[in-house]
Amino acid sequence: MDHLDQLENDSVYIIREAYKEFKDIAMLWSIGKDSTTLLYLVRKAFYGHVPFPVLHLDTSYKFREIYAFRDRMAKEWHLNLVIAQNKDALARKVGPDAGNKLTCCGELKTEALKQAIKEHGYRAILLGIRRDEHGIRAKERYFSPRNNQFQWDYKNQPAELWDLYKNTESAEEHIRVHPLLHWTELDIWMYIQREKIPIVDLYLAKNGKRYRSIGCEPCCSPVPSDADTVDKIVEELKTTTISERSGRAQDKERAYMMQKLRSMGYM
Amino acid sequence: MEDIPLKLVITGHVDHGKSTLIGRLLFDTGSIPEDKIAEIRQICSALGKEFEFGYILDNLEEERDQGITIDTTQIFFTSKKRPYVIIDAPGHVEFIKNMITGASQADAAVIIIDAEEGVREQTKRHAFILGMLGIRKVIVLINKMDRVGYDQKRFTSVKKAFMDFLNEIGLDAVHSIPISASNGDNVATKSASISWYNGPTFLEALDSFDVQSTFQKAPIRFVVQDIYNFSRRIIVGKVVSGTIRQNDTVTVLPSGEKTQVRSLEEYLKNPDFAETGKCIGITTADKVFCDRGYVFSDPPDMPAVTRQFKANIFWMDTIPGKKGLPIIFRCSTQEIYSKITAIHTVINSSSLELMGLDMDEIKNREVAQVTITTENPVIIEPYTKTPELGRFVLVRDNVSAGGIITEVLL
Repeated sequence: MDHLDQLENDSVYIIREAYKEFKDIAMLWSIGKDSTTLLYLVRKAFYGHVPFPVLHLDTSYKFREIYAFRDRMAKEWHLNLVIAQNKDALARKVGPDAGNKLTCCGELKTEALKQAIKEHGYRAILLGIRRDEHGIRAKERYFSPRNNQFQWDYKNQPAELWDLYKNTESAEEHIRVHPLLHWTELDIWMYIQREKIPIVDLYLAKNGKRYRSIGCEPCCSPVPSDADTVDKIVEELKTTTISERSGRAQDKERAYMMQKLRSMGYM
Repeated sequence: MEDIPLKLVITGHVDHGKSTLIGRLLFDTGSIPEDKIAEIRQICSALGKEFEFGYILDNLEEERDQGITIDTTQIFFTSKKRPYVIIDAPGHVEFIKNMITGASQADAAVIIIDAEEGVREQTKRHAFILGMLGIRKVIVLINKMDRVGYDQKRFTSVKKAFMDFLNEIGLDAVHSIPISASNGDNVATKSASISWYNGPTFLEALDSFDVQSTFQKAPIRFVVQDIYNFSRRIIVGKVVSGTIRQNDTVTVLPSGEKTQVRSLEEYLKNPDFAETGKCIGITTADKVFCDRGYVFSDPPDMPAVTRQFKANIFWMDTIPGKKGLPIIFRCSTQEIYSKITAIHTVINSSSLELMGLDMDEIKNREVAQVTITTENPVIIEPYTKTPELGRFVLVRDNVSAGGIITEVLL
């Protein structure tokens, strides 16, 4: 097996563990490259099926292209798509311009997820985060508990030995499962290239710019790039000196913002 | 260039320079994005500090404030030879379970020692744990050589003291290198200040490390994860040893039923074999009874089906482990109630001092040789034969202990 095969097999193992041990699970699909790769791996693990709901936390501020891609793939891959919105916050006009970004991410993403978990009773949630995205995410476990306040007790995480993952949760908790934790950005793109996984074309350069990381339109900036195909993105990433999330506002608003967001339940 | 990353854990006593070493290595090899360096520079100047290499890894506010690593982290970097996953492990005794979490994912290890302070409690404990986790070869770095005036005598005496300890626990130091992580001496480039040392730099030593190859000719071990019935019955699991092929005759354990592999199932593919590490689906010629935790094997070389074995365990729970109390045993996909039926020896994991023979309990951070008895038969092997069937955890709410099977009792 080559490197991509190893990554793929380790992820498939984790996905199957989560499904077997927790049953009432859902996966978060941000429609970005990572969670779309995760969705592809889920279909691989279950022979073309996606045997649990696919959850989109819709802040209503996503790119038009994201919504179009979501609806097209949901149909094509027969997804049980659950769209979660914090309707109350949206009615209060919470957004990136009103108030600070910590509040906006917290209300429209974390709170929306809280509501969805409460409503549907999911015991575990699959997410496509990776260690190399952010130093805080690098500290994560594959199976990571959150309490009922959604808090991540990052100072006292349970031990995780070999591939013997946490398979119980107390009534107060849900488990975050991270099957892509060990992938890098370059791995993801090489895998997308090899497997021909469909992606939102915001990642491809237009007029000398492309998005390396996508989320809500007001808080994402494109980076200079001429990579207008997946092949060119792979080449670009082999030599870049700019970090992946340099265009993401919530990572740098102020020191430790990502840590604060995550300790409160952010992804 | 090789394409499979070497997973390397960096261990050692608190404040001996693990995070600084990794930060330095990444910095000197140009592996850190420019905006990341600018961000750290900004944070350090705001805190009135010099550029702090450790901040590249220690991302938690608490870690930077206190200047220590709390939890294990992983970072990726690529040398001219191959990619690496560098696992930073906390050196503080409080965070030993985080160190073990990191070390359990590693193929190889580095132990770093402060030249001034010499070998300390966690230096030894970490080395001991590495040995328990099955790692045999380590690189030893004697750090902060600048603080001892790059003195060869100091290097030799620290090295000698530690080699004696490594010998005792059966670990092999493939290189011992004098470095200064904060100055960059012998990390990625040869040091002009340490002219008496002719060996490789840390980076050269890493690149010369041999990765253990998997044994594709080893006997078949396929552990069952689940049974799917989406359109037809598929037994899914992982090949943890050997290669399984279509039409192979296999024995299903623990029942001992024999059957043939009718097909290997992978989405949109028709593989005729599955090698070690592969997660695959299987359909069998006969309708055999099978469930999670079952193991497919091939005679005559099969794992044991037994209720009793001897093991070395490392206790990492503030509540001690008591002889005779039920505790969950997990090994690959098997999970069952068990009891520690004898605690033969208990050892302090740092001093290696024998705490007692035939004890009734094992306390936090102690290592013990025990006999474990399971409620029903389990499918196991010594760790040295098939690691996946020879390593286990003991679980209450969370993992209380990790262990390695040393002897199967029939």
